[in-house]
Amino acid sequence: MSRIWNLEQYAGRTALADEYGNMLTYDLLKAEAYILAEQVGKRCLIFCLCRNEIGSILGYVSFINNAIVPVLLNSHLEKELLNDLMDAYEPVFLWVPKDQVGQFPGMERIHEAYDYVLLRTRYEKNYPLYGELGLLLTTSGSTGSPKFVRQSYTNILDNAQSIVKYLELDESERPITTLPMNYTYGLSIINSHLLAGATILVTEKTLMQKEFWSFFREEEATSFGGVPYTYEMLDKLRFYRMNLPSLRTMTQAGGKILPELHEKFANYAKEHGKRFVVMYGQCEATARMGYLPYEKAVEKKGSMGIAIPGGKFYLMDVNGKEVTTPNVTGELVYEGRNVTLGYAECGDDLAKGDERNGILETGDMAQFDEDGYYYIVGRKKRFLKIYGNRVNLDEVDRLIKGAFEIEAASVGVDDHMYIFVTDEKYREPVKGFIAGKTRLNPAAFKVLFIDEIPKNDSGKTLYKELSKYYE
Amino acid sequence: MTNLEKYTKVFEELFSVSTQEAENLKYQDIEAWDSVGHMGLISALEDTFDIMMDTDDIIDFNSFEKGKEILAKADYGVEF
Repeated sequence: MSRIWNLEQYAGRTALADEYGNMLTYDLLKAEAYILAEQVGKRCLIFCLCRNEIGSILGYVSFINNAIVPVLLNSHLEKELLNDLMDAYEPVFLWVPKDQVGQFPGMERIHEAYDYVLLRTRYEKNYPLYGELGLLLTTSGSTGSPKFVRQSYTNILDNAQSIVKYLELDESERPITTLPMNYTYGLSIINSHLLAGATILVTEKTLMQKEFWSFFREEEATSFGGVPYTYEMLDKLRFYRMNLPSLRTMTQAGGKILPELHEKFANYAKEHGKRFVVMYGQCEATARMGYLPYEKAVEKKGSMGIAIPGGKFYLMDVNGKEVTTPNVTGELVYEGRNVTLGYAECGDDLAKGDERNGILETGDMAQFDEDGYYYIVGRKKRFLKIYGNRVNLDEVDRLIKGAFEIEAASVGVDDHMYIFVTDEKYREPVKGFIAGKTRLNPAAFKVLFIDEIPKNDSGKTLYKELSKYYE
Repeated sequence: MTNLEKYTKVFEELFSVSTQEAENLKYQDIEAWDSVGHMGLISALEDTFDIMMDTDDIIDFNSFEKGKEILAKADYGVEF
C-alpha cells in the first residue's frame, strides 16, 4: 500500500542527496521505508523531530506511505514544550536524530537508519485515529499551544499534484532545502518533488553559509523556496550578481513580500531566463492555495495571484455576501480538496472527522483586480508573520502576563514586533522570554516602555494608538 | 575606541554576549547568531566601518576570528 508516492516508478533515480555524499534512490527509499514501517508495525501516532536530513525525510515518507500518522516537529523544539505535547497526545513512537537519543532516557531503541532512531515511548493510551487522518503539523510558529492542523491523505496528495502541475515539475528538478521540513511550505516542496520523481538536495546549511552555495553549485540545484525574509537576505547577499546557471525557479510564500523586492526578483528572473513565483498558502489548506504565474511576476507586482489548479477563491464582505466588484476588500475564502480536516488540541481530537468540508475562511483580507488577480491587504485576526512564522499577538500578551504577571500589549508589522510593557525593568527579560518561546531570532522583537497601555472605557486595549510609538 | 573594540561591541550588543563570549563565538553557536542574526551582524559591521561587503565574504564570515581576517583584507582595510 502506498498512500501518496508511487516510489517504484522512478526506480534507480536519486530521490535524496545530501552534502556529505549520501544518497537514496527511489528504490532504496521504498525499501528502507518498508523496513521502518514494519518495525512500527501498526497504524499509530509517532512524533518526528525533523531536520533537513535524509533520515528525517525517510521517516516521513515511510510513515505517510504506510498509514502511520506522524507529527512533524522541529528538532530544536523547546524541551518543555515537547514534553507538554507528548503528554497531550501520547505518541507510541518517536523518530529522532541519533545525536538526540540521550534526551529520551529509558525509551526502547527499536530501529536505526540514516542517523535517525526509532524509539518506543511508554505511553499506552494509543488514541483512536480518524481513518483519513494522515499527518499533523503545527500552525507555523506556535507559541506553545498544543494545537495541530489535521491533514488527510487526500489533502496531501491533491495539493502536491496541484503544485506539480502549476510549477510544471518533472524528474529533472533538483530543489535544494532552504526551509524546515516541519514547516508546511518546506514540506510541500518535498511532497511535490517526490511525486514528480525529482532529486531533493538536502542540507541543514543556511543561505548565509559558504557550504550551502558550494552544495548548490556542485549538485546543480534548480530551485529553492523562501519566505519574505529569505529574499531580504538574498538581496543583502547581492544575489543578483551570483552566477547560478543551474537555477531555474525561485518560489516565495509565507507572507507578503515587499513590493520593491517582488519587483527586483521578478526583473532579475526575467533578465536571466529564470522564474520567480510568488505564492500564497496556509497550513490549514495543507500548504498552497494561490500562485502568481511567473509570466505575470513583473506586471502584477504585489499580487499573490490566482487559485491553484483545482481550487477556487472568492471574497466575503462583513455581511457574509460575496464581493463581485474589483478593488473592494473582503475576507478571502478558499475552496478545494486541500482544505484540511480541522484542528486537534488534544489526543481525543484525533478521532474527529472533516470539520471544514473543503471550505476555508483564510482570515486574510483581500481584493481582486479587473483581471481577477488577488492582493492581500490586511488581516482579520491579530497576528504577525515573523520570518514566515505565524505569531499570534494576543497569545504573546497572554504568555507575558502568565510568566511575569505584568500587563503587555504587542503590535507591529511582519518581521517586526513591538511589545509594550509598563515597567522598564521587564524590557530585557520579556524580549529574551518571547524569543525563547517562539524560537525566533530576538532581532524581531522590540520591547518598549510606556506609562500606561491605552484602553477605551470598557477596558479594551486600543492597539491602534500604539502604532504612533514605532511608526 | 579602537577598531577591535568597535568590532567586539557590535557582537556584544547584537547577540547579548560578554566580551569573552564574543571573542570565541562561531556561527550558530548561539540561537541569536542564525541566518537572521548574520544579516543583522553584516549590516551593523558595514555601518560601523562604512564598508560594503562582497557576497563571498558575507558567507565566509563564520566566526568572530574569521570576521577579523576578512575585514582586515585590503578591500575593506579595517586595521586591528
